[in-house]
Amino acid sequence: MDASTAAPPATVSTSELFVGFLKIGLSGFGGVMPFARRMIVEQRRWLSELEFLDVLSLSQFLPGPNIVNVSVIIGRRFQGVAGAAAAFAGLLLMPLVVVLALASVYAQFAQFEAVRGACSGVSASASALIAATALKLARPLKTSAWQVVICSIAFVAIALLRVPLLWMLAALCPVSIGIAWWKRA
Amino acid sequence: MIPPILIELAAQFLVLSLLSIGGANAVIPEIHLRAVETEHWMTDADFAQLFALSQAAPGPNVLIVSLIGWKVAGVLGGIVAMLAMSGPSSLLTYGVAHAWERWRDAPWRIAIQRGLAPVTVGLILASGYILTRTADHTWSAYAISGATLLLSLSTRLHPLLMLGVAAAAGAFGFA
Repeated sequence: MDASTAAPPATVSTSELFVGFLKIGLSGFGGVMPFARRMIVEQRRWLSELEFLDVLSLSQFLPGPNIVNVSVIIGRRFQGVAGAAAAFAGLLLMPLVVVLALASVYAQFAQFEAVRGACSGVSASASALIAATALKLARPLKTSAWQVVICSIAFVAIALLRVPLLWMLAALCPVSIGIAWWKRA
Repeated sequence: MIPPILIELAAQFLVLSLLSIGGANAVIPEIHLRAVETEHWMTDADFAQLFALSQAAPGPNVLIVSLIGWKVAGVLGGIVAMLAMSGPSSLLTYGVAHAWERWRDAPWRIAIQRGLAPVTVGLILASGYILTRTADHTWSAYAISGATLLLSLSTRLHPLLMLGVAAAAGAFGFA
């Protein structure tokens, strides 16, 4: 039977939520969402594919780190406040320990040319990965001219004009949502 | 007595938490603006290094925030920044999750989603631009960025492989 059609468990305990998100937190580099989907949908079957997509779209629509929002929604769904807190703590605990340890080690070795060079290399490559992610996300927008215009305005305001985020969001979001409402089928 | 710098850090990231529509990557330009240009917590080069470290550790990409906090106020600063960045948005998410399930197919919900999508993409694109600008000061660094961009758009190579090659190239002085 296909994993995505299997019946999800009726409930998931608080400790299972903590351990599950602990693993997700340590599973990926530069973002863990693909690993989260694999574990939640395919391996542990806490949610169906469609349910996960719905959780994902809510987490993207609300402010906050997307995967943190996913942990809160899934934790809440199975165990309320305790579940949300367990999933949240499980997700962030280990990455926080690892990254702060790494930063302390880096501070010790930063005087070595090779260490600083490796860091510059990663930085140059990782920044391009983010640009590539954005370009991939932009592909579905190409079909609608107004979305391309809104996307371009957001880019120019933030990247080139360095307009503070709050002003840009306050000005652009109502306009964009208004156009989407007006253009709705 | 709480050190003023921790309160300052918390105040900055508590606000950013509720502005981070599109996730942590979408607010990188704003974090850069505040940390480097407004608050003068660090230089462009420091910012680029912290970003690289956040990518070299496993975990969600919001980790960059804990490294900013660490740079400004040590380990405690890292923890405070991370909790401030994740706290308000998590409370909001908790509160809204129920309503979202109820109004799944409401037209206003779909309009909000469609309206926010291009703004989010523009923000992440701006992140890529700002980060590339702070990271790339040599022709070889530009070459690494360009190669990464081309490869990730045209192939299905694992991102970790590209980061590994870039780290090795940098260690041997090519960055």
